[in-house]
Amino acid sequence: MKKILNNKNTRTNLITYLVVIVAFVIMQTLYSLDMLSNSMKGYLVPICAYVSLAVSLNLLVGVCGELSLGHAGFMGIGAFSGVVIAALLKDVIASDVLRLLCAMVFGGLLAGALGFLIGIPVLRLRGDYLAIVTLAFGEIVKNLVGNLYVGIDSDGFHMAISTSRMELLEGGTYLIAGPKGATGVEKLASFPMGFVLVLLTLFVVLNLINSKEGRAIKAVRDNRIAAESVGINVTAFRMKAFVVSAFLAGMAGALFGMNYSSFTASKFNFNTSINILVFVVLGGMGNILGSVISATALYVLPEAMRGLEDFRMLLYAVVLILVMLFTWSPKVKEKTEVVSEWVKGLFYKLTGKKEVGVNE
Amino acid sequence: MQIIQYLINGISIGAVYAIIALGYTMVYGIAKMLNFAHGDVIMVGAYISFCVTNYLGAPAWVALIAAMAVCTVLGIVIEGLAYKPLRGTPSLAVLITAIGVSYFLQNAAQLIWSSSPKSFTSIVTMKPISLLDGQLVITGEVLVTVAVSALVMVGLTLFTGKTRTGKAMRAVSEDRDAAQLMGINVNRTISTTFAIGSALAAVAGVLLCSTVPTLQPTTGSMPGIRAFTAAVLGGIGSIPGAMLGGILIGIIETFAKAYISTQLSDAVVFSVLIIILLVKPAGLLGKQVQEKV
Amino acid sequence: MNEYSRKILKVPTYTLLREQDISKQPVLDVRNLGIDFGGLTAVDSFNITIGPTEISGLIGPNGAGKTTIFNLLTGVYQPTRGSVLINGIDIKGMPIHKVNRLGIARTFQNIRLFTDMTVLDNVKVGMHNSIHCSFADSMLRLPAYFKSEKMSNEKAMELLSFMGLADEADVKAGSLPYGIQRRLEIVRALATNPSIILLDEPAAGMNPSETAELMNQIRRIRDTFHIAIFLIEHDMNLVMNVCEAIAVVNYGRIIAKGTPEEIRQDPAVIEAYLGREEGKA
Repeated sequence: MKKILNNKNTRTNLITYLVVIVAFVIMQTLYSLDMLSNSMKGYLVPICAYVSLAVSLNLLVGVCGELSLGHAGFMGIGAFSGVVIAALLKDVIASDVLRLLCAMVFGGLLAGALGFLIGIPVLRLRGDYLAIVTLAFGEIVKNLVGNLYVGIDSDGFHMAISTSRMELLEGGTYLIAGPKGATGVEKLASFPMGFVLVLLTLFVVLNLINSKEGRAIKAVRDNRIAAESVGINVTAFRMKAFVVSAFLAGMAGALFGMNYSSFTASKFNFNTSINILVFVVLGGMGNILGSVISATALYVLPEAMRGLEDFRMLLYAVVLILVMLFTWSPKVKEKTEVVSEWVKGLFYKLTGKKEVGVNE
Repeated sequence: MQIIQYLINGISIGAVYAIIALGYTMVYGIAKMLNFAHGDVIMVGAYISFCVTNYLGAPAWVALIAAMAVCTVLGIVIEGLAYKPLRGTPSLAVLITAIGVSYFLQNAAQLIWSSSPKSFTSIVTMKPISLLDGQLVITGEVLVTVAVSALVMVGLTLFTGKTRTGKAMRAVSEDRDAAQLMGINVNRTISTTFAIGSALAAVAGVLLCSTVPTLQPTTGSMPGIRAFTAAVLGGIGSIPGAMLGGILIGIIETFAKAYISTQLSDAVVFSVLIIILLVKPAGLLGKQVQEKV
Repeated sequence: MNEYSRKILKVPTYTLLREQDISKQPVLDVRNLGIDFGGLTAVDSFNITIGPTEISGLIGPNGAGKTTIFNLLTGVYQPTRGSVLINGIDIKGMPIHKVNRLGIARTFQNIRLFTDMTVLDNVKVGMHNSIHCSFADSMLRLPAYFKSEKMSNEKAMELLSFMGLADEADVKAGSLPYGIQRRLEIVRALATNPSIILLDEPAAGMNPSETAELMNQIRRIRDTFHIAIFLIEHDMNLVMNVCEAIAVVNYGRIIAKGTPEEIRQDPAVIEAYLGREEGKA
């Protein structure tokens, strides 16, 4: 046991799990004691979804070194397919939890399968080109789902991508109605399920990173040609990371969707992809715990600033730029050190005086 | 006849994309960064032009020059404050900062000009030309846009080929360290590139809003993304590539809207991009660089 | 004598085989290899045969095409002409990782380590294909995972101590001094369980005592693992002392082949290195 704890990787992983579990227990306790504000209650499930999305994107961007700008596309696929499955299984499975689970797994599988399909051509590209193609993918998904009609009527199940409204028979219901998006969604998502999803994501990603596969993926990131020269099939490992990441994003998407009674395809646009990427970069590339914390903090931040009305997003933008400058710029770092030394000095001086004052 | 009309419209909007794409491509070639805030500089340019004509009552050319001046300064300021300190850091850090700048510009515009759309009066006063008994109509905007973008491309090609600054820009894009050792002021060259790119963005903004006359804080983002797509399609870093990519994207978009559907035009445009990149991974006119082992 | 070696003996100019290897199948058999880069011939008519436990060298002036040849042998470049056989199998059209699995490993002139990973992990990446642990095993942390991790750790440590790098196991590869990085590249190449390793300027940037140690290590690698070694090196002391056979290239073509003694006296080699003397021609 002691030996295991001495291993740095294992220790970081345990801390990550511990932070998540403790956070869940605290929030759940507050929730059951009814000490949370209504808006805070509303954040819980989206936070879990975004944490999973950030962690899964970190696998791609931080660990694998591939810039993806289309993560929201996989999230959207998961959300819409999850909603459909949950509605279809309504009469088959009685338990809400089980139905949500089915929806999430199906959403994940579909996103993973699509990830595999588009990965075949797309993963031939590198760097900024991969970024633009994933961006294009996200836009295509958003565009297609925005014109997707899924409905049930007495004739059974109907599905069409159409620019004009798909007509159903009398008494039929639309599950997805083109530009109006998913409507009449059952709100199956719950905070405990969100917690389970986060745990599962962490389990998959952390286990993957600390395995033979993870080493291969990191090797590909550090030096592609050297990795190939020691016998690693670079394409296969980029693909594995891509599919796993898409799968997890799909699951998170399904959970996210089931938290609202209706949502449209525009929810999963370029800006959402970018937001998830911001979580990853600010949390630290390859740093899983960092992703968890930054996704939570940055999701709550703009919401918490609602009081500032119009200035809220402006402030968010400024915070974003400043954080990037302070964490990355060598010059700014130097200057902040000088300033912090000065502040420290001042602080000691002031507190020193204060103490003297108290003693007198 | 209808098809030729669509083609003309496509070339016209494509010419606007081409001017924006030129800005993207120059900045990418030299600073090796995806400047996602470029689309929002377009929007600022359009707003400036709007204000100068509507509130000051100045003529169109004054508005255009004012927009270019403001955007040039804005470009230099953005580069100096947000991007320069991050030079040499991983490209992702710069990308996120660019996104921050983009959010900033959009939200600042929303505070200043509110989010309700303004109707932009075209700066072109030329009468439309009617050909073949009115079967074919070429508006003044189309002629001006195409002429301006052709002029911009020729100008830029001459500038990068003949002038000292232009040659310095090419040297920096080829090999920044070597250029520095040859005595080229890399920082100034990059600033100049941003200045030129932003001035072009202002021109593009005015032309864009002359063609599509609604102006709001998000006006720049979608054309920005399309133009970025165009730059990649043509081969990012290449000036003729940006031109070609812009026109192609414009034509594809117009045809997709006309013959497939308006709602699915994005899907068509982006699918074409993916397909072309699979066949030519460095874009149509980009050069494939093989990694040295 | 098998048919294969008889075929080789028919064309004795191709061979660099040591006496004791003559009856065995060569690990590396290169025939008429050539590559053009946009009309410019970088390598042409390159022939070489290397036996299973041979240490051979490839020398030549800067820009002679030595690294290009290594890139051709490992599948980084696809040749314009000719063929490369590793353990009798033609590598034509194979991706780099498959070529490696045929039994050829290499180091790089401009070191290519996985800089953000530890020294131990660098070696374990090299052992990737010999670690038997499925995706499910590692995802679910089944016993097979722990077993394979334990085994690969032990084997990697063994290889590291063999090259005197055991103390550095937990250090990030990128932070190591230059000479150690070069040795780590050799360990990583060895970890792929090759039958021949290509060393691209292994002594570059090393001081004389490090070079002397490297010479011993190269011999020890051959004697311990019974594999062939093919190296590019500018340090003539190392080449002449360690290599049993040497090929000299200039302008992408072989200008001489033979034992160190023969090479030392070859007029073509002397000319390539020292230039034609005035008046002598």
